[in-house]
Amino acid sequence: MLKVNGVSRSFGDHRVLDSVSFDVKPGRMTGFLGANGAGKTTAMRIILGVLKADAGSVTWNGEPVTQAVRQRFGYMPEERGLYPKMKVAEQIQWFGRLHGMSAAKAAANTERLLEELDLHTRANDKLEALSLGNQQRAQIAASLVHDPALLILDEPFSGLDPIAVDTVLRVLRRRAAEGAPVLFSSHQLSVVEQLCDDLVIISGGDIKASGERDEIKERYGTPRYEIVVGSDAGWLRDVPGIKVTSVDGPRAVIEPASADGFRTGGQALDQRILQEAMRRGEVRAFTPVVPSLNEIFKEAI
Amino acid sequence: MTSVEERTSVDSGNAGGLTFMQATWLVAEREIKAFLQMKGFWIGLATIVIGLFAASILPNVLGGGDTKVAVTSAEVAQTLEAGPFDVERTDDAAGAEELVRSEEVEAAVVPDTTGQSPTGVEVVALENPPSDLMASLGAPPPVNLLDPGDVGEGEKQLVIMVFALVFMMFAMGGTAIAQSAVTEKQTRVVEILVSTLPVKSLLAGKIVGHALLTIGQVVVLAIAAPIALQAGGNEELLQIILPALGWYVPFLILGFLLLSSMWAVAGSLVSRQEDLGSTMGLVMMLVFGPYMAVILLSDNETAMSVLSYVPFSAAIAMPVRLFIGDAQLWEPFLSLGLMVVMIVLITAAATRIYAGSVLQTGGKVKLSRAWSAASD
Repeated sequence: MLKVNGVSRSFGDHRVLDSVSFDVKPGRMTGFLGANGAGKTTAMRIILGVLKADAGSVTWNGEPVTQAVRQRFGYMPEERGLYPKMKVAEQIQWFGRLHGMSAAKAAANTERLLEELDLHTRANDKLEALSLGNQQRAQIAASLVHDPALLILDEPFSGLDPIAVDTVLRVLRRRAAEGAPVLFSSHQLSVVEQLCDDLVIISGGDIKASGERDEIKERYGTPRYEIVVGSDAGWLRDVPGIKVTSVDGPRAVIEPASADGFRTGGQALDQRILQEAMRRGEVRAFTPVVPSLNEIFKEAI
Repeated sequence: MTSVEERTSVDSGNAGGLTFMQATWLVAEREIKAFLQMKGFWIGLATIVIGLFAASILPNVLGGGDTKVAVTSAEVAQTLEAGPFDVERTDDAAGAEELVRSEEVEAAVVPDTTGQSPTGVEVVALENPPSDLMASLGAPPPVNLLDPGDVGEGEKQLVIMVFALVFMMFAMGGTAIAQSAVTEKQTRVVEILVSTLPVKSLLAGKIVGHALLTIGQVVVLAIAAPIALQAGGNEELLQIILPALGWYVPFLILGFLLLSSMWAVAGSLVSRQEDLGSTMGLVMMLVFGPYMAVILLSDNETAMSVLSYVPFSAAIAMPVRLFIGDAQLWEPFLSLGLMVVMIVLITAAATRIYAGSVLQTGGKVKLSRAWSAASD
């Protein structure tokens, strides 16, 4: 497990990270969310030793992260780049060896990865001859070739077409399933939503929330129910204590009027509404609406 | 959880990490491969080798077809005109000698003055007599050299030019290090490299890689040069140049190493190839300055002695002094020692600046800023 403990960093007078702490757990995909300039890239660079922290520490399985430990990490920086004049397979293989692999193992892994990423037909082309999307795949291969113990990806999906996103997702999921912790940043919330197990939300150099995705959603999202009844649902407007955010014939979305949620007073408000609806006739659906990350994100920061 | 983690680390099979040497070698290997794949490299090397052979052989083929000889006796003139000689008749020995001094002819055949000649003639030449002339005169006549000495002025100038030019070519070859450094910055691949390797091995790898490339080329030239001289029939020159050539090789290599870390710094201070010119200026001056100084001051013995100890010009000046025979045996060792000290100092400073600048993108990094940023 990777632990970031109270890491701070300033550039001049500008405090970019203010005592940031979070964990990246093995076998889980952790999404790192934050607006531009929130400190995501700085935090990742500190984990990778590209930048030094002013205060705090980063540990891997309880040990400080040294050069030897870091060599087993995989990193894909936000600003992409490989050697333009080097052939794709040769280059990825070289990165494998740079991370301490034998030449033979690096070659075998390169071949497998290129196959997996649908890039094997371009193995002997120079990188600069590839389209941007394919260069991006090569970049991912370069960060995965050494079977990294931890994977850190800065905006891995930016610049990818939908098919490539799926391919890359599949590859990353496989790595996570094999036990490697994966930390990736993104501002494409929909992608993060379907991909990550854990979430870390950062804003202005502060961690606003971190933990399991569903737990965070529950904590930060406004609870809502979608209700579908047999006839018109307009009567919900007159029920005290709730707000109807939308109504369309028999269908309505409701949320509590106060910040305390549905569970105020003696009996839970949501149960009272369900009973009332059943008393009035048929109830076809009564479903909690899972808040979108977008919403949580806005709420958390 | 722990079992999963253990499996991961076993899978990756590289828990130990690379040593500094291994990392350095991997970087060097990549640099060398990238260079060997470039057409420009092979064209450049081929041009030098071909040029070397051309310079040695062409004079014989073009101008040397007929050896120009001044002759006083009609009888000898007749003999020689049958061979590959361009004979010029003169009335007396003084006139023939004059032609030799003005280098209008390569040698003159005049009546014997020593009284030891089996054929009654002797050969007058400036530095050494043409071997074909000697051969066609039957029994070897006595030789009168007007300007003896180990090395002729023409040969000395030639050797200075060649030493200085070759030094400049290899020193400028260091621009490849600057280009490699800026390419890594420009493509941001440096971020992956720095997160994986110590910055020191990144720099060391570049220097080692390009130094090996240079040594390889020097060796090719050191082998080709004697062959070219032999092919051109310049055996005498070869005899003189060989010991100096042996000294030239270590000086050339240390001269390259001295500049190489500075080239790397020049590359690491900018973020785009286009801006490279602005930082390479100083290093270029350290290449051209010594080159010009040696060429211009080659006749000034004191100046050459000084230049042969200044680390940047020593790479040319000391081998030249050795070639002329001006330097004592211990002098090249002292000069090499000074160069090594300088290399250590400059490389240490360059490593710090390189580490401080290599991750700073956008615009040109100030030296002072790179120096203080190294602790980040």
